[in-house]
Amino acid sequence: MVTDARLLLLSPGDTVYVLRGQIEPGETVWVDGVAVAFAGHLGLGHKIARLAVPEGGQVIKYGAPIGRATQAIAPGDHVHLHNLRSDYTPTYALGGKA
Amino acid sequence: MRGWLRSDGRKGIRNVVAVAYLVECAHHVARKIAEVDGSAAHVIGFPGCFPNEYAQKMMERLCTHPNVGAVLIVSLGCESFNRYQLDQVVAATGRPVQTLVIQNAGGTRSSINAGRDWVAMQIAALSAAPTVPMAVSDLIVGTVCGGSDGTSGITGNPAAGIAFDKLVAAGAACIFEETGELIGCESIMADRAVTPELAIELRASVAKAARYYATLGYGSFASGNADGGLTTIEEKSLGAYMKSGQSPISGLIKPGDIPPKGGLYLMDVVPDGEVRFGFPNISDNAEIVEMMASGAHCTLFVTGRGSVVGSAISPVIKIAANPHMYARLSEDMDINAGSVLEGSATLEQVGQQIFDLVIAAASGQQTKSEGLGHQEFILTYKTFEPIGPSCLPI
Repeated sequence: MVTDARLLLLSPGDTVYVLRGQIEPGETVWVDGVAVAFAGHLGLGHKIARLAVPEGGQVIKYGAPIGRATQAIAPGDHVHLHNLRSDYTPTYALGGKA
Repeated sequence: MRGWLRSDGRKGIRNVVAVAYLVECAHHVARKIAEVDGSAAHVIGFPGCFPNEYAQKMMERLCTHPNVGAVLIVSLGCESFNRYQLDQVVAATGRPVQTLVIQNAGGTRSSINAGRDWVAMQIAALSAAPTVPMAVSDLIVGTVCGGSDGTSGITGNPAAGIAFDKLVAAGAACIFEETGELIGCESIMADRAVTPELAIELRASVAKAARYYATLGYGSFASGNADGGLTTIEEKSLGAYMKSGQSPISGLIKPGDIPPKGGLYLMDVVPDGEVRFGFPNISDNAEIVEMMASGAHCTLFVTGRGSVVGSAISPVIKIAANPHMYARLSEDMDINAGSVLEGSATLEQVGQQIFDLVIAAASGQQTKSEGLGHQEFILTYKTFEPIGPSCLPI
């Protein structure tokens, strides 16, 4: 299954890939054999879903849980503040341009 | 490597005059005094007027840090800080020390003049001070991360961890910290403790941090972390944890506790007791200051977003995790760990570069932030109980 070389898998059981290169607006990127279109820019270090996670399920990175899905996550989804929350303290972020 | 031998047996890699103000009201005078030679006289201090045991201990540790050769204490005169005790503690180490009380010295201008004369005299004396051979096993090295992004945990932090493994193997003491940024890592970290009793202490320190930050309502997480792709505190934590490398964890210390021997130590930076005085460390330099109070000769600072800070007293080695940021801020960065993402270096190679730079900096080479004149310093109120006996297994 074809996966874009910019998607880095840190640990075998991870539900997310980490971007080691940028994705430009309008690009189509291969994620495990599926072509996924991205409307916006994604920078280094952002996460793309590798495995589906149901709402309330744990998102795994580095082989460890990094929080829970606040909505169902499908492979190829950008995983960030809009669909993932901490099990410890809420995340504070300014609403401006990323 | 050669260093300056102090009366307590520790050796310094720098030999600076500390100009220490004891309340914000004395800060301006201290800053103007240090201008007599900005590279040899470093300003440190405590801004508060009310007494605080932690601040007293930190200032005592910092004024007797191995990189400090002489101390000018600058007091307004009416603040609560115990200047008599600080003066005695420094004098007992054999270092030259002078206390200048602005209210007794005729005010701003005459205090600055008197302070500059004394500092200039000490700098001249220190420049002729003899040095002794120094080994890696004489070093204490701290690590912090600041301005983290999604690259920090996959490039800079693991590379710093590899450098830590090499330093620990060579006998150095290495300190990692910010228990608030280890939330979510408590189990994997406790498994590395050298004794089961220490494992319990490590878990308890992270649980304390989780409670503390939950009360405050925010984690140790800044908005820029999210811009850089990090979503939750536990995700940031796992990346931060990579700085600790693979060595067994030899002990748990609190700010100002000096590692008794080589090995890897966790610093518990979250205050004990009920939440008071606000956030544990209000910015990255507060963490660097605590590393120095525990004797760190230099600090590895991993940054993804691009922090530019340095520190008074101890050199900071800046490790860029993000290759795009490195391209923009290379003048501020000592190491480009982002090269791992570009495929031009391995983590092992970057870890070796960091190790080599620690040795070079300890041998006198200026780091980027030193060259640019960075001497940030911040110390605020905290409360700690002493560590228990199981924190430092024999």
